[in-house]
Amino acid sequence: MTTQEIFSRLQSKFEDNDISIETEAVLEPFIVVPSSLIALISEHLCRESDLAFDSLQCLSGVDLSASDETMEIVYHLFSMTHQHDLTLKVIVPKVEPHVPTVEHVWKIANWHEREVYDLYGVVFDGHSDLRRILLPDDWEGHPMRKDYKEPEIYRGMKVPY
Amino acid sequence: MLAQSTASEERKFLELKPFSDEMVVSMGPQHPSTHGVLRLELRLDGEIVREAIPHIGYLHRCFEKHAENLSYQQIVPFTDRMDYIAAMNQNWGFCLAVEELMSADPKFAGVPERAEYLRVLAGELNRIASHLLAFGTYGMDIGAFTPFLYAFRDREKILLLFEKLCGARLTYNYIRVGGVSRDLPPGFLDDVREFIDYFEPKIDEYNALLTNNKIFLERTVGVAIMDEAMAISYGATGPNLRGAGRKWDLRKDEPYSIYDRFDFDIPVGEEIPEAGAVLGDCWNRYKVRMDEMKESVKIIRQVLDGGLPDGPIVAAMKAIRPPAGEVFSRSEAPRGELGFYIVSDGSVKPVRLKAKSPCFCALSALQELSRGLMIADIIAIIGSIDIVMGEVDR
Repeated sequence: MTTQEIFSRLQSKFEDNDISIETEAVLEPFIVVPSSLIALISEHLCRESDLAFDSLQCLSGVDLSASDETMEIVYHLFSMTHQHDLTLKVIVPKVEPHVPTVEHVWKIANWHEREVYDLYGVVFDGHSDLRRILLPDDWEGHPMRKDYKEPEIYRGMKVPY
Repeated sequence: MLAQSTASEERKFLELKPFSDEMVVSMGPQHPSTHGVLRLELRLDGEIVREAIPHIGYLHRCFEKHAENLSYQQIVPFTDRMDYIAAMNQNWGFCLAVEELMSADPKFAGVPERAEYLRVLAGELNRIASHLLAFGTYGMDIGAFTPFLYAFRDREKILLLFEKLCGARLTYNYIRVGGVSRDLPPGFLDDVREFIDYFEPKIDEYNALLTNNKIFLERTVGVAIMDEAMAISYGATGPNLRGAGRKWDLRKDEPYSIYDRFDFDIPVGEEIPEAGAVLGDCWNRYKVRMDEMKESVKIIRQVLDGGLPDGPIVAAMKAIRPPAGEVFSRSEAPRGELGFYIVSDGSVKPVRLKAKSPCFCALSALQELSRGLMIADIIAIIGSIDIVMGEVDR
């Protein structure tokens, strides 16, 4: 199923005008969905038998520029049943970003969301175990943000080299 | 308290409160069977594991943050250090993603034919080397020391071949964006043929040594079953998914490079009722790797028999400057599907580069897989999902 067809399905199902499609993107079109709907949409995409997006390939945070006030969270979905793929994007503000978790739909989302929380500071509401995964528990700040400043000292060690 | 911690993070700082008959043991980060620096927090009831919580990040080197400040060609050596056991396949996966993005630019002519053959040759040799290490260390983890020596003896031959090819034994930086870094040294193809003629019968020897060994079977058959649905939900790919019985290999199902020109099979796990083996158990995950080595030998033989086309080994281009846009590209590395998500703004550096590591996904299933098993089974699980921490932590 193409992204355009899936887009029409989602629009009629959720009757929300905030869902939009970007077809001009280089290589692959993608769908932008409001953050409040991402969990419901994921469930729908995974459970409907003709969509059957049973695999979450990748979940990434993207911060395009330090001057932007928003960040993106990108979901790359794939269906092992029908061999079609789909890219979803959620736009979140940089100040207090909150997104519902999709952990109950795909189990791998647990770790991917922890990673995005760790590196970008996005809080996934409803996540069962949201804590840092790659960095130490007492690290301050979220390093993959473009406006991140590394600390001078961490536990008595000089950080910048 | 910390500036940006959440409620659940604060809770984790509290002492774990075990039941009166429970014990909390930290396994790792320095432990020979954890294949790197992985720490497992085990909540034990005697020998039985109630919960095994993986703690990762000990090898985190900020690969993605580094990549934002490097040109595309400069990133290639960094990918070597992700999965250092199969660095050729990591180079290749990254280059595939950049090349896919560059294909939107009409000036990019594509990778030359000869380079594609060289990539397949290097990639499949590296797959054998990687599976040999997985086989050898798995035996050693479980208590069989001899297979380890056999595996390293033969892996050494592949590393010597790579040393001839590109000068490095582990971190090759051989496959570059647009092609490969250098052409074959004199007599290389004869050396490869000599190696695979020597190596192919050895696989049966390994099977006799370990695969069908009674003690090994006792330790792995029917242990920690990850069925197909669970593997897909956890994003486990490669031998872990195929061991669960799903015939899925990107080289066949979404052929990239020139894999559609070769004839090879996809080994999958099988039920063997008399031995007790079920789909998705440790033994099947291991067995798929053994069978894949044979298929890799088959591919290499076809490359050698067909002969390599003449021509350039790298695409002619002035600068690597992919058009603005984004790509998510996957390739079949020995440990599963390696994905790269690249966002480009049209400059020489990526705005965002995310590596989706197959080991990261497979390791996240450990907590569920190990619940209720014995401590010794944890060792068997870690070896059978075949993780490399350099790739998990990036």
